[in-house]
Formats: sequence, structure tokens, C-alpha cells
Amino acid sequence: MRQFLAIATALIVAAGGLLTAGPSHAQSKGEIVIGVQCDRTGPTQIVGTVLCPGFHDYVALVNSKGGVEGFKIKALEIDHEYKVPPAVESYERHKKDGAVTMAIYGTPQIYALAAKLTEDRIPGTSPGFGSAAAADGVRYPYIFPIAATYWSQGAAAVDFVKKQLGGNLKGKKIAFIFYDNPAGREPIEVLEDIAVKEGFQLKTFAVPPPGVEMGAQVLDIAQRYRADFVIGHLFGGAPSVSIKEFKRVGYPLRKFVSFVWGAGEANIEGAGGFGVAEGYYVMQFAGVGIDYPVLAEIREMYKKQGKEPPKEMASTVFYNRGVLIAALHVEAIRNALKAKPDGKITGVDTKAGFEKISNFTLGGLVPPLKITNTDHEGGGLVQIWQVKGGKFEKVTDWFAAYQDVVAKHIKESGAKK
Amino acid sequence: MEPSRYGKCERVPRGPDRPHPTPPPRARRVETVIHRECGVLKTTYEADMGLYPLPIARWTVAAVAVVFFLIIPLTLHEYFLSVANLVWIAVIGALGLNILVGYTGQVSIGHGAFMSVGAYTAANLANRLGSPWPVNLLAGGLMAALIGAIVGIPSLRIKGLYLAIATLAGQLIIEWTINHVTFISGGVQASIEVARPRLGPMVLSSQRDMYYFLLVFVALAIVGTMNLMRTRVGRAFIAIRDHDIAAEIIGINIFRYKLLAFAISSFYAGMTGVLYTYFLGIANYEQFQIGVSIDYLAMIIIGGLGSVLGSIFGAIFVTLLPIVIRYAMEAFGGVFFSPQTVLNLIPNLRLMLFGALIIFFLIAEPEGLNRLWRNIRSYFRVWPFAY
Repeated sequence: MRQFLAIATALIVAAGGLLTAGPSHAQSKGEIVIGVQCDRTGPTQIVGTVLCPGFHDYVALVNSKGGVEGFKIKALEIDHEYKVPPAVESYERHKKDGAVTMAIYGTPQIYALAAKLTEDRIPGTSPGFGSAAAADGVRYPYIFPIAATYWSQGAAAVDFVKKQLGGNLKGKKIAFIFYDNPAGREPIEVLEDIAVKEGFQLKTFAVPPPGVEMGAQVLDIAQRYRADFVIGHLFGGAPSVSIKEFKRVGYPLRKFVSFVWGAGEANIEGAGGFGVAEGYYVMQFAGVGIDYPVLAEIREMYKKQGKEPPKEMASTVFYNRGVLIAALHVEAIRNALKAKPDGKITGVDTKAGFEKISNFTLGGLVPPLKITNTDHEGGGLVQIWQVKGGKFEKVTDWFAAYQDVVAKHIKESGAKK
Repeated sequence: MEPSRYGKCERVPRGPDRPHPTPPPRARRVETVIHRECGVLKTTYEADMGLYPLPIARWTVAAVAVVFFLIIPLTLHEYFLSVANLVWIAVIGALGLNILVGYTGQVSIGHGAFMSVGAYTAANLANRLGSPWPVNLLAGGLMAALIGAIVGIPSLRIKGLYLAIATLAGQLIIEWTINHVTFISGGVQASIEVARPRLGPMVLSSQRDMYYFLLVFVALAIVGTMNLMRTRVGRAFIAIRDHDIAAEIIGINIFRYKLLAFAISSFYAGMTGVLYTYFLGIANYEQFQIGVSIDYLAMIIIGGLGSVLGSIFGAIFVTLLPIVIRYAMEAFGGVFFSPQTVLNLIPNLRLMLFGALIIFFLIAEPEGLNRLWRNIRSYFRVWPFAY
């Protein structure tokens, strides 16, 4: 009996698989497919559960307004739990479904897919993560960081610190606290270079994964090293812990600036709310808050359908990033379709489409990127925001810094090959 | 034990054990019934120990080979081959772990790390010396075997959960080393790109090329493991698993065979790591973290400890089930929920279903999918007569 039960279950599951495996429902006439990878269940789910709905809402908004050049956009999403094999599988699935551009999610995933993307000539984006060297469009023709890489973020952070400390860093002490994995260590070489150039003292403090234990490092920074300013580069739950720990040892949070993945509402709430984190500076590659025309349009779209706007919209940092990523993909497709109005576009066309993006700001939500065939990062622009009176307040406008240092590192890593 | 002289269907005479009054005429080999033990007479020890106990096994293997080497790669879309490739990589890794955990009884949570040793050895050789892939593959396997044997040293003194923790330490130390020693990891990013493997003038890059590339090694790994377990070494492993003190008393050198088990298992792991590296075109330490070790343990426990077929079933189950569940939910999910809800529901429900199915199968058959399969097979072997 038990065996039959097992067989029956297997058959039902297999039948379900066959049902969908039969006809491939994408790439019908008049549809352009984007492959979206997402992490709603893995270690970075606090980002994924908010970012991905933002992506879909923007695509839905574009479609509700008639699509792009008369074509509908279809965003196919697959969740990969931040694991590599499912990312490979979903890449191949999206390729089969005719995706002309792919939104990859996660540093190990973009590494694992880099060779395939280039061989199959499909552009893949890695906004705010992945290898900083991928900004080099000649060496990685099909990889598009499209947002400030960790090198640019490090450079911008130092520039911001310099302004906060009165325009001169000579003899100052800066601490860099980072998540001890490749992505966490990536900015160190750039920071060290700038430290020599500006004459400040840089000390790095590694937080071992999973990043919940950093009491000793924080104490060291605050009371032994006595840093003048701290730059933080942590992921997942670690930023919340860092806020709590700095608060505990009495280090003022207005002397702390976090990289982009410690900059969300969820990170602040995890630390005990905006009241606790008062003064905390964060770096952003997309605009924060709800005051952007595109977000108003999305709310309008939901209202027309008789629905409430989704609750994810309240978490504006990650939601807006989802909108930004989607908007840049759609923009690339728009540029590709303008060049080929018959709609028969491939990854080669969308690659060219990405490289035509310039001054597309979506009412301030997107930085004025200028992506070219050599610069796939688009300028490395960020904004600094601060936790103030229960919400994020803008401190600086879009800026990039020490571009020469970053360019030198990109060039060196290209020469190593 | 002497092989039965009358075949397995002969009624064993009851009563005192004495020689048959009149020795029967030398039996003819009856090959008309090819799918049952009954009627198949084995007259030598070699025949009794054969890899294929029944004639039908030969035909089955031939048919399976035709399906996997010809029909599947020539008819299916590249997407399905990419899924198959992920399964193949998992199969080799699971076979290796099963040699250690299933056959020798030494628990290891360091399998992912041994894979990374192989991967980084090969990637460094390929990039620094430009050596061809067969050399890198072998070197990666051997290096992993060496490191595996070293990590296995505590197994000489401790067993069970204690050993599991010792191998866990091995995993963490290797992870840390690769993460921090730039001589091994090739820079702070800890990832080394490798060129696609070449076969003469051909560059193996598409999923179809990779399918054949990997399948050859899967076949080698399966045949290798099956044969290993029929040798003196394999029997020593099993003896150690069943009772190590008894094994030592009958003259098995525990020191040697435990370390050998670690080395062979890690050799498989190293090869898996190298193949994975060539499959992706990059060695990245985040592909071999502790979660991977756990996944492989899950595979062999679900599939069946101490069986080759179980390793294969487990690898297929763990790799394919999430994909199959997703397909099923995409097909049926839209019936009940709105598209946005489905998107959020699929990954979460998939995790829950995956867990539930593992529990279900382990309750249905604690000895794993392999045992389940054997139960079904033996049911049909005597069908329609139950007894």
C-alpha cells in the first residue's frame, strides 16, 4: 500500500511537471521577456521580498501604459534561495523562454553565470553587488553593474567622510568594518590606495559570517582605536547588529556611514527602529522615499484596479531599487526596439540598448547614469542619506569620487588576466 | 559460502546435512529466463560475484546507456540538459560521500570543502601553468584526496557525532584558508576564471557538450564505485562500518582503511569540484560553503546509505524536486491566487513542500529511495503471485 501511495504521489507531481513543460508560454508575438532571479527565501530575503515586487510593479506599470514601443514586457521570475545550482537552472530556463536580458541577483550567482552570459550573448545586470572589475565593458561585454560597485562605494564613502571631517583627512583615523567574505573585502584595496593619497590612517575590522557577533570589533573601534569615522560594509542581518553594538558602546552613529546593503528600512527596524539609529548615514544607489512621480503612478495603477498599493512600497529603499533595476532593463529594451522596430531583438541588441542609457532619471529615483560600451557602471553615482526624525533624509545629491583610483584598479584587474 | 548448485529456486532439502545421494548431471546454463534468479545456475565463484547477477541486468545497462548517451542528449532542449548536468555533478559528489558515510560509516560534514580543494587546485594549475584539463582533473582529485586523508585523521580516535564535528572543523578551516590566502584564491574576490575544456580542436561550452563531458565521468564514477565495493578494500570498508573492533580482530588495518576511505571519498569530491569549475567556467569559494556539504548529506540519506543506486536517486531527488515542485505550482498556482501572490508563494511553499516530501519519503521508507525502489522491484518480480 505504502509503495502505491508513493508511486501515486510521484505520478501526480510528474504530471504537474509535464503540464507546464509542454508548451513554452513565453515569447509569443509582441512580448519581450526579461529573466528575473530573486531571493525571497534565502539569507538575503529581507532585500528580495521587497526588491522583486518593485521590479514587477514597474513592469506592470509599463504594460498598463501600452508597453514599450507597442510590445508588452514579460518579467519571468525564479527564486534561487541564494544558491548557485538553482541560479544556473533558472538562467537556462529563462534562456529557453527567450529572455533578451537578465536581472541576476547575488555575487556568487553573477560569478557563476558570467561565462555563460558572455557565450550566449545575453546581458546580465548586477546592480550594487558582484565583481567591481565588471565595470570594464571591454573585458566583460555582457555584464552590467549599472549601479555603483563596491569600489565606487568605497571611494564615495571616503569623500563623504572627508567632507564631514572638515575637508582634510591628514592624520585622521578611519575604521572599515566589513563582512568577511569576498564581496566584503573587495573595497579594501581601493580604500588603502586612497588612504595613502589622503594621508589618513585606515584600519580594517573583519566580521566573520554569519555576521551576528561583532561586539569585540565594535569595542575595539570605539575605545581602543578611537576612530574618527567608521565605514561599514555588512550584509543581511549584520547591519542591524552593528547599529545596536555601536549604540551599546556609546559611539555616535553620526560618525558611521554604511554601504548600500546596510541602508534599508529593514536594517534600521532590525536594530530597534529609527529612534535608535538616529544619525546613522547610509549610501544609496536609488532614490529613497515615496516622492517620485513613478511611484505615484504605480499607486494610481493599483487604485484603478481597485486594490490597495502593496505593503512592500512602504519599504522604500529596496522597493525603489527594484523599480530602478526594472526601469533600466526596460530602457535597454526600449533602445533596442528603437533600433529594431520589428521586435526581433536578441541579447546583442539589448546590450547595445544598455550602452545607450544616459540621463534617464525617472524623476530623480535613478541617478543620471551614463553607460557606455567601456563603462558598464555608468559613473558610480551614489547619494548619502541620514536617519533623522524617524525617516531617511537626503544629505548629498548624486556624486562620485576618486574616479581615477577606481579606474586604475579596474585597469589593473584587467591587466592581470 | 558455496554457490548453490541447483539455482535459487531449488527447494533446500531439510534434515541432516549430507551429500546428495546421486550427484546430478552437470547442469546446463539455462538462459531462457533472463529476469529471475530462478533457473540461472552459477557454477563458479566468479559468476556469483559478477557485477550483473542476472542476464537482464546486461540488457538493462545497455538500454540505460543508449537512453542517456543517445536519446536524451539528441532529443531534449538544452534547458533540460542543463538540469541533467547539475544532476550529474551531484551524482558524482554523492557517490563519493556515500563511500565514506554509507559504506565505511564515517560521518563527514566536510564534503563541500574537499570539492573546493579540487576546484582551486585545478583553477590554479590551469591559470598558472596552463595545463590541460585532464591533468587538472586528476591533480584536483589527488590534492583533495590528500587533504581529505589529513582531515580524516581524527576518525582514528573518534566516531559518530564527534567525528562529524571534527570534519565540520575541517570544512571551516579550508573555507577560511581559501577565503584569506590570496595565493590560493587568486585575489580578494576568491574567484578564478578558467577557460572551457578543449577536446582537440573542439571547445566544450554548450550544455550539450557539457552533458557528454560530465556523463563520461558519471559513468566512470558509478562503475568505479560498484567495483570498489567488490574488492578487498570495499569489503574492508563495510566491515569497519559494521563493527570496527571486529574488523580489526579479523585483521583489517583500521588506520589504513579509514584514511583510504577518506582519501577515495575526497578524490571523488575533488573531481566533482573540478568538473563543477569547468561547468561554470569559474572557481568561486561561495559555491562550496557548508550548506553544500549538508545538501550532499541529505542526498545520500534520502537516497539510501551504502548503495550506488541510492546515491543516484538522492542526487536526482534533491536537485530535481525543487524544480518539479516549481513547475507544478506554476501550473496549478494561478488557479487559486493572483500572479503577484503566486510569485511570493512559490519559493516559500516550495521549501515547505520539499521538506514535507523528504519527511514523507523517509517515513515511507527509512532506508531511503533505494530501498523503496527495491521493494517495488521485488513486488513486481513475483507478480502476479505474491508468494
